Order: sequence, then C-alpha cells, then structure tokens
Amino acid sequence: MRLSSLARGLLAAITIVVLAAIYLPLVVVLVNSFSTSTSLTWPPPGFTLEWWVKAFGNAGALDAVLTSVQVALAATVISLVLGTLASLALQRFEFFGREAVSLLVILPIALPGIITGIALNNAFRTILGLQLSIVTVIVAHATFCIVTVFNNVIARLRLLGTSYEDASADLGAGVWTTFRLITFPQLRSALFAGGLLAFALSFDEIIVTTFTAGSSVKTLPLWILDNLFRPNQAPVVNVIAVVLVLVSIVPIYIAQRIAGAEKIAR
Amino acid sequence: MTVDTPTRPVGRPIVPAPRDTVARRGSVFLSRHPRLRLSLLLSAPMFWLGLVYIAALAALLITALWTVDTFTGTISQTWTLDNIIAVLTGSLYQTVTLRTVGVALLVTLVDILIALPIAFFMAKVASARLQRVLVIAVLMPLWASYLVKAYAWRSVLSRDGIFEWLVAPFGGQTPGYGLPATIITLSYLWLPYVILPIYAGLERVPDSLLEASGDLGGKTWSTLRLVVLPMIWPAIIAGSIFSFSLSLGDYITVNIVGGANQMLGNLVYTNVGAANNLPLAAAIALIPIVIIFAYLAAVRRTGALDNL
Repeated sequence: MRLSSLARGLLAAITIVVLAAIYLPLVVVLVNSFSTSTSLTWPPPGFTLEWWVKAFGNAGALDAVLTSVQVALAATVISLVLGTLASLALQRFEFFGREAVSLLVILPIALPGIITGIALNNAFRTILGLQLSIVTVIVAHATFCIVTVFNNVIARLRLLGTSYEDASADLGAGVWTTFRLITFPQLRSALFAGGLLAFALSFDEIIVTTFTAGSSVKTLPLWILDNLFRPNQAPVVNVIAVVLVLVSIVPIYIAQRIAGAEKIAR
Repeated sequence: MTVDTPTRPVGRPIVPAPRDTVARRGSVFLSRHPRLRLSLLLSAPMFWLGLVYIAALAALLITALWTVDTFTGTISQTWTLDNIIAVLTGSLYQTVTLRTVGVALLVTLVDILIALPIAFFMAKVASARLQRVLVIAVLMPLWASYLVKAYAWRSVLSRDGIFEWLVAPFGGQTPGYGLPATIITLSYLWLPYVILPIYAGLERVPDSLLEASGDLGGKTWSTLRLVVLPMIWPAIIAGSIFSFSLSLGDYITVNIVGGANQMLGNLVYTNVGAANNLPLAAAIALIPIVIIFAYLAAVRRTGALDNL
C-alpha cells in the first residue's frame, strides 16, 4: 500500500482539525483565566491578572491539590504493586480461572464509576462500619487504577518472552535475583507509563470520589465541583486547570523519552 | 536449576557454589514449586479485588432485593423483587435507559470515527519526532480537569459563547444545551482514551505488511479493509469499552451541558442522595451492569480485553 500524497495531506489536515478542536476549549479556559468577565462571555471584555493572583493565594485550592497528590501517589503505589503481581501471574502461568481473573482486573474500569462508587460507599459504611476518610478514597482509587498498570506491564511481558529469565536461572540466579536484575529493569518504562496513567486517572476522578470521600476530604475535583458554579471562583478554577495542563507536560515528556530511547535500543 | 557437577574443564576456575542462605533456600524452593509462586503472585491482587470490589458489588446487588422503610428511612432487610420489577416495567426507566444507551453508542461511534484517521496519521505517516509530539498533544488534555473541560464546553456552547461567535457569520447557531451538547462534550472528554489504544494497535501493524499488500496489487482502500482493519479491530473494541462505559455511567456532564435531560447515572444519584433509596438505586444500577457484562461477553472473543 502506498499512500498518495493527497491521502497523506488529507490525513494531516484531519489531524490538524481534530487537534484544533481538542485545544479549542482549553484555549477558551486559558483566555477566560485572564478575562474580566466572571460569566465567561466571549469575546472577553477585558484583561486582568486578578484570578492568577487569587488562585495562588487560595488556601482551599492549594489544600485540595495537596490532598489529590497524596491520594494519587498512594493509589499509584498500591496499583503498581498489585498490577505488576497480577500481570506476572497472568502472563507467566497457565491456570484454571485465568480469564476470570483478567476480567476481575478490568471490571472496576469497565463498570461505570457511579456503580463502583455506590458499591464501595455501601461496603465501607454499612457493611464494614467505617468512617469515610482519605483512606477509603485511596482504597477506591487503587481498585480502578490497577488495570492501567496491569495492561502496560502485561503488554511488555508478552513482548519480552522468558528467554532472558531462563538464561538468568540457568546461570544460577535465584527467583528474586532474576526479578531484580533481569525482569524489573526491562519493565521499568512500562511501569512508569502505567503509573503515570494511574496517577492521572486518580488525580482527575470525581464520581467514585464523591461517594468514598467523607465531608472532611476535599480532593481537587471535589473542590472544583464546589466552586465551578460560584461566579467569583470559576475564573480561579480556570487558572488551576491551565497550571495543571502545563505541569503535566513534564511527566508525559519523560515517559515519551524513556519509551523512545527503548525503541531505539531494541 | 539443579545441575549435576560436571567434570571440570581443564584450565577453568570452579564457580563457587552459591552460599546456602535462607534466601537461597527459599528461592530454590520457589523455583521448584511454580504453583506456590503463582499463588504468592496472585494472593495480594485477588485479596484486594475480591474482598474490596467483588464483595462490595455483591452486597450492592443484594441490597437491590431489600426495601426502604418509608417511616424511618432505614433499609429493612425484607426480601422483595419490587425494586427490580419497578425498574423493569417503569416507563421512566425504559426511556432513560434507551436515551443513555443511545448517547453512549453515538459517543463511541463519533470517537472511533475521529480516532481512526488521527491514529493512522500518528502511527503510519508522521515522522518519529512528530509522532512523539502528537502523542503528547493527545495526552495533555487528559490532565485538564474533567469538570473544567465540561464547563469549558458549557461556555463554548452558550448563547454568547465562542461557538455562536464562530458560526454566526455563516448563519449557524449553537446547539445550546441538550442531548447534542451532551454527546459533543462526552465525545470530547473520552476521545484520548479511544485514540491511544487504536494508535497502539496501528503501531503493532508492521509496515512490511502494508508494503506486501501493495506489492500484491492491493489498493489503499482494500489494504485498509482487508489487512489493517482486522488487525486493529481488538484495539478499536478496547477503545470503545472506555467511551461506552464512561458515557453509560456519566451524570455530571449531562448536568452541566445536558439541559433538563437525565441519564441513568442521574437516576442512581438522586436515589442514593436526595431520595435516600439505596435499594432502588441498586436496582437501577443493575441496568448498566447487565449492559456492560453483555458488551464484554460479546467482545471477549475478539481479544479486545488484552488491548485496553
């Protein structure tokens, strides 16, 4: 198949149009963060830095960011451990019920968040008699984050095969040594990519969070939901969104670099 | 693992036997017992998912068979099928279910149609450098809060928003708030989740295969249809699971841009919160659970679940 230059040009044009459509609302957010209008009218009536100053002095917002980072970090660490264990078990072994286990890993992301949310809410409060807290949020988030790590790691394991591990074992390395020196280094970028996705998923989750966070816990999405419809807070929310997108370039770029370097090395 | 001591080759030093430590013995024991290794690997994730998740889901389903005491507002554990029957026969639930499934299907279709050409461009046309930039460009909006993006669409589609401002010179006007706005916003929100698996699937299609098809006389269109599409089908289905299931349970976007329309998520939400009727909410939640399970069962054989 040779793509004609017309087809290439057409594909490029579609890509540009789609990317423009993807970034249009984000540009609106960026522009509105400097707009003097609090009701987000277009075109913006005037320019101001008021919201940016307010955002960085807003204790509620900063606290919420901190809470979200804590939740996302904890959920990511748990899902990295559990996801790696599950993918090693499913990729390296044949056993009865393997398909059921893989379905079980996928289920928390495949079922709508509101179901996961009310199921866990009911389990935590009514069955276990627990108070909702930051811990219940972390448990809930880790549950649906496992699958992102699992998918990245299992795809990598499939690609790697077992020849290096076999060689390591033949040369006398124990199970743990082989994992530490052979398997883990080859998984590192998959773990980074999976972990990054898990972090992003947790950081932005609102529905499950609504049902598993007590009134004392305010993650960033919960804070945003509280403030989005308040006229004087909506532009502050825009500022935070802009900052988050800009900050996110760094980890995504690192992940891409690692993946790119590995592709060349292979 | 265990090797008989070979006759020593002339002139080579003996490799000292590993020291007999506890760790060593454990390692030997583990490598001789693969089943034990498997159960050690599986126990933690299964403990977590089984205990936290499946138990919670099962408990929720049981709650659907209970009822709420109308006087005290507490759940009374008398077994009844009333909730399930109410959900199955109520015209409100039928309408909302049809509307929700329709929206989810349309969102999925729109996302796949948009994702296919852009993923193809990323994987097969763009240079390695541009490819990296494009992946970043697709991933970055994921980090702007879901709520902020939904709200941005509210602003874009409002009467004095940028959409009206852009199309008014051509005689167009904004669709306003309602189901079309909901479909646009949801498609927008889930698009990266659909692009990424399809892009990854296309990356796995070797260029040599496309060339071979061309050498054998395959036109562009037939190569796409007969070679590429069957290979990336699991990836497309994988993407569709995201957009379909995320749309099926959404109730926030429809609140922000959907006008007065309700989706299944809204019904569940009101019954948990304002109406304080968890049994009925659980019974309504059964609808998306059944739909998703049917969907997963239908696509299981395509291998899509390995492509998420």
